[in-house]
Amino acid sequence: MKGGITGLVFDIKRYAIHDGPGIRSTAFLKGCPLDCLWCHNPEGKDPRPVLSFVEARCLSCGACAAACPEGAIDFSPGSFPKTNRERCTACGACAAACPTGAREIIGRRYTPQGLIEELLQDRPFFEASGGGITFSGGEPLAQPEFLRECLILARKKGLHVALDTSGYAEPRLFLELARLSHLVLYDLKDMDEERHRKNTGVPLAPIMKNLQSLFEEGIPVWIRIPVIPGMNDGPETIRAYVDFLSRLPTKPPVFLLPYHDIGKEKYRRLGVPSRLDGLKPPSRARMEELARAFSKAGLEVHIGG
Amino acid sequence: MTERVKRLREASMAAQPTISAERAKIVTDFYRENLGKYPPPILRALAFKEICEKKEIYIGEGELIVGERGPGPKLVPTYPELTCHSLSDLEILNTREKTRYRVPEEAFELYEREIIPFWRGRSLRDRMFSLLPQEWKDAYEAGIFTEFMEQRAPGHTAGDGKLFRMGLFDFKKKIADSLARLDFERDPEAYEKQAELIAMDIAADALITLARRHAQAARALAERTSDPKRRAELLKIAEVCEWVPAHAPRNFWEALQGYWFYHLAVITELNGWDAFNPGHLDQHLFPFYKKDIESGALTPEEAKELLSCFWIKFNNQPAPPKVGVTAAESGTYNDFVNINLGGLTPDGKDGSNELSYLILEVADELHLLQPQVNLQVSRLTPDSLLEAACRVIRKGYGYPPLFNADMVVQELLRQGKTIEDAREGGTSGCVETGAFGKEAYILSGYFNLPKVLEITLNNGWDPRTKKRIGLETGDPRDFESFDELFSAWERQLRHFIDVKIRGNAIVQGLYAAEMPAPFLSIIIDDCIEKGKDYNAGGARYNTTYIQGVGIGTLTDSLSAIKHHVYEWGTITMDELLEALSTDFEGRETLRQLLLNKTPRYGNDDDRADGLMRRAFEAFFRAVEGRPAPRGGVYHINMLPTTCHIYFGQVTGATPDGRLAWQPLSEGISPVQGADRNGPTAVIKSVAKMDHAKTGGTLLNMKFSPQVLSGEEDIRKFARLVRTYFTLGGHHVQFNVVSARTLREAQKNPEEYRGLLVRVAGYSDYFCDLSRKLQDEIIARTEHEAL
Repeated sequence: MKGGITGLVFDIKRYAIHDGPGIRSTAFLKGCPLDCLWCHNPEGKDPRPVLSFVEARCLSCGACAAACPEGAIDFSPGSFPKTNRERCTACGACAAACPTGAREIIGRRYTPQGLIEELLQDRPFFEASGGGITFSGGEPLAQPEFLRECLILARKKGLHVALDTSGYAEPRLFLELARLSHLVLYDLKDMDEERHRKNTGVPLAPIMKNLQSLFEEGIPVWIRIPVIPGMNDGPETIRAYVDFLSRLPTKPPVFLLPYHDIGKEKYRRLGVPSRLDGLKPPSRARMEELARAFSKAGLEVHIGG
Repeated sequence: MTERVKRLREASMAAQPTISAERAKIVTDFYRENLGKYPPPILRALAFKEICEKKEIYIGEGELIVGERGPGPKLVPTYPELTCHSLSDLEILNTREKTRYRVPEEAFELYEREIIPFWRGRSLRDRMFSLLPQEWKDAYEAGIFTEFMEQRAPGHTAGDGKLFRMGLFDFKKKIADSLARLDFERDPEAYEKQAELIAMDIAADALITLARRHAQAARALAERTSDPKRRAELLKIAEVCEWVPAHAPRNFWEALQGYWFYHLAVITELNGWDAFNPGHLDQHLFPFYKKDIESGALTPEEAKELLSCFWIKFNNQPAPPKVGVTAAESGTYNDFVNINLGGLTPDGKDGSNELSYLILEVADELHLLQPQVNLQVSRLTPDSLLEAACRVIRKGYGYPPLFNADMVVQELLRQGKTIEDAREGGTSGCVETGAFGKEAYILSGYFNLPKVLEITLNNGWDPRTKKRIGLETGDPRDFESFDELFSAWERQLRHFIDVKIRGNAIVQGLYAAEMPAPFLSIIIDDCIEKGKDYNAGGARYNTTYIQGVGIGTLTDSLSAIKHHVYEWGTITMDELLEALSTDFEGRETLRQLLLNKTPRYGNDDDRADGLMRRAFEAFFRAVEGRPAPRGGVYHINMLPTTCHIYFGQVTGATPDGRLAWQPLSEGISPVQGADRNGPTAVIKSVAKMDHAKTGGTLLNMKFSPQVLSGEEDIRKFARLVRTYFTLGGHHVQFNVVSARTLREAQKNPEEYRGLLVRVAGYSDYFCDLSRKLQDEIIARTEHEAL
């Protein structure tokens, strides 16, 4: 028994219907080594808890400033409180004092048992639908010890487990944790080494290698491609995706995830600048056009989820 | 849709509901002449006969199924013997902005000259109010409960398979047998039974007469019609109406027309709640359908056209207009006909068949306000049917609602029905469970659960009507524990249930003695065998329901008190009471704290859900099993229709942070916006209630259309529903429409006239709803998926 492992989870989404088969609950683990321009879960990037502030819900009552032990909140009546994020330790005192829930600490510490227990709340739905649980992030492999314990526990409980990953991890560790999963949802963010590095901050080669090892091991994989207009949706990139995927011995299903700008609001709440302001989500017609390129090559392709 | 159906549908939708004084005139003339000459059942039967003989017969252009309650489509009769509209009532109906009923000048005149002078002080409602005690009136005016039967007769029932296997001659035979068995020597009630049975016989003949008058009219029309095709149709109509409902139907067409005459009879005799309803229509019609298709007498297209014509007939019958409190409870043209599909057969097999799909298709294509159609989902119901229903739900007009057929059976068994009677039962009205064709399951009134808490927090005093209407259970500032508060609430609850039940005895007694329903009694077992009227306890099973409203608001309020006052010490009882008495004036911070930092129902959080169970069980204990004077016992169910709006308007601020006069939570749904963990958490929470102890619960869920966009989404959605039913849920219904669309519709009603949404146990045109109700629907949590 390894005692004392805990993990940081920034969200649990129930009735997740786009994260693997059936009805699922998805746990989002905090921390991610990538730095994707289009990231729609910016609150998941930092491996530590972060403070989120929803201005629209703030009453300007000042309870937060009074509660802050660091003196990190400036407040004058009639205006919104200003948080000095340099001094904020995300201790949560302001969130506890906030009457409206406008201030919230993103990132809750769980033991593996605690997390699995919470995910098990929806077990009847999993069983009726052939669903289960999905670990996502952030990058779930960024908390490998915690993830390992969770995967083992989940399997013991007889749950179907999916791992939603960028594939950017140390190969041995990656394979070990992938083997503990029933299905890997694998993000393939670009096919161009140069651009991949530029837009995500990490190289593509190790990701391709880890993917290869999944195929060799016979671990079921669903490929997920975020479609970011003007970045990875050019004809050459699409051709590269199709060529690569259609040559695989067992062709994995492909999910094209249209870029969306719902993340924008989250950036505001965290006080972090969004880098893709003004980028429009691709149209339905455009997504269908892209999907046709995949299905023509004999690939099973889905739009969304 | 065929051209004929298109035309009939458009005509039905375009017709403005208009008051017809025809029935009022016939009934008033008859009563003036005959009141006091006959025992009540015979008087009622003769009045019904008079209507059947004198009412205008309407056969519309292109119609295949015939018969209207009034002199034409959407011409709505009144029932002055029950409640006599005053001239100002009629004026309100004629001019109100929403759900208007046009009142022609001659109706005003007739009412002024003949109807009102005769019925004032004589109508059942007038006498009812003169008999009800002051304690009842005080609680009623405070908005603790409503009374269903002040303007409408009990009704609340549905038909079973015998309507498709028997004709009225068969029923007459049964009546004659029962008459022959009367024991005038030893049975002190023999003369009453005799009168009741004679009345039933008169009523049966009256309906046969009405059908034959339609046959004659069709023949006369045929003679004047030059189009040979229409002439043949009219002759066919004549032939059908000569055969049914006198005899058992022989084919699909006769089965539909036969039922329609029964329906007309029930809703003409009295204005009973929820009109009437053919029960498991797919099961009842299937043998006729199969036989006609196999013999080549009917094609599936013809069957669909007949069904469509039948469907439109329901839409032609808007609810009889109400006024005052009852209008606020359900301000709608919808009369709550609720046709059941799927479910189980009486011997426990899957009840669905080809017609289940065809009827679903008809309901989808016509998407009319009425009739409602629901799917009874049992463990045997094929996924293909459930998913077909989900595809209709996706379109966003709020139906079909989905019911757990296995739970409905369990509820009925718990109430003491036989297994066969339970399986032939189902759901009528909104979500009410009943043994079709064999039970009078009468809703007696909504009950305002949070208002009882308000009275408790004020030590028996109602701040709005400024009267002491409850018990003095103590000043809550002196309560040392939450349990003390809870038991004070429970004592108040029992007190008001007692008041309600004592009032019900008076109301039910009046109906039993003076307003029997001999026609309805023919077709509900065992009224004939017992020689007893439906309204007097003649049915095989008799249930009186009291419907709890606002369990979400109550739970969150209890949770706020328990946690903030007694466990965490965040606030004192004194502060809370002070804030409530001033409607949180100047205390927005406190209100936000209560709203946002309280464990709330609908999040799969036992701290709140446990309180819901505790309150629910207390309500159950207060009502369950109490005897009703007409026979049978009381049970509870949990549905609001639109009463959560009215109850909200009479309830001050509540400890959950709800402002005064705002809507309560509806059905068993969480408070609007309080559920923040998605649909599975809502389902888990509401399933913690023991649905088997109710006669129906109502859960509303709102999904954004994008959650249901793909086929895979439909499959998962269907699984979500199945899981709710596995967990023991009774019913769920969905609005699949975005808040943005609804706000748009508020701004530009003209462009959204046809937008149907789910309100409570029924759909309604969004633009016909009161602004408050529109806002309430928009405020319901919308489940999204990313």
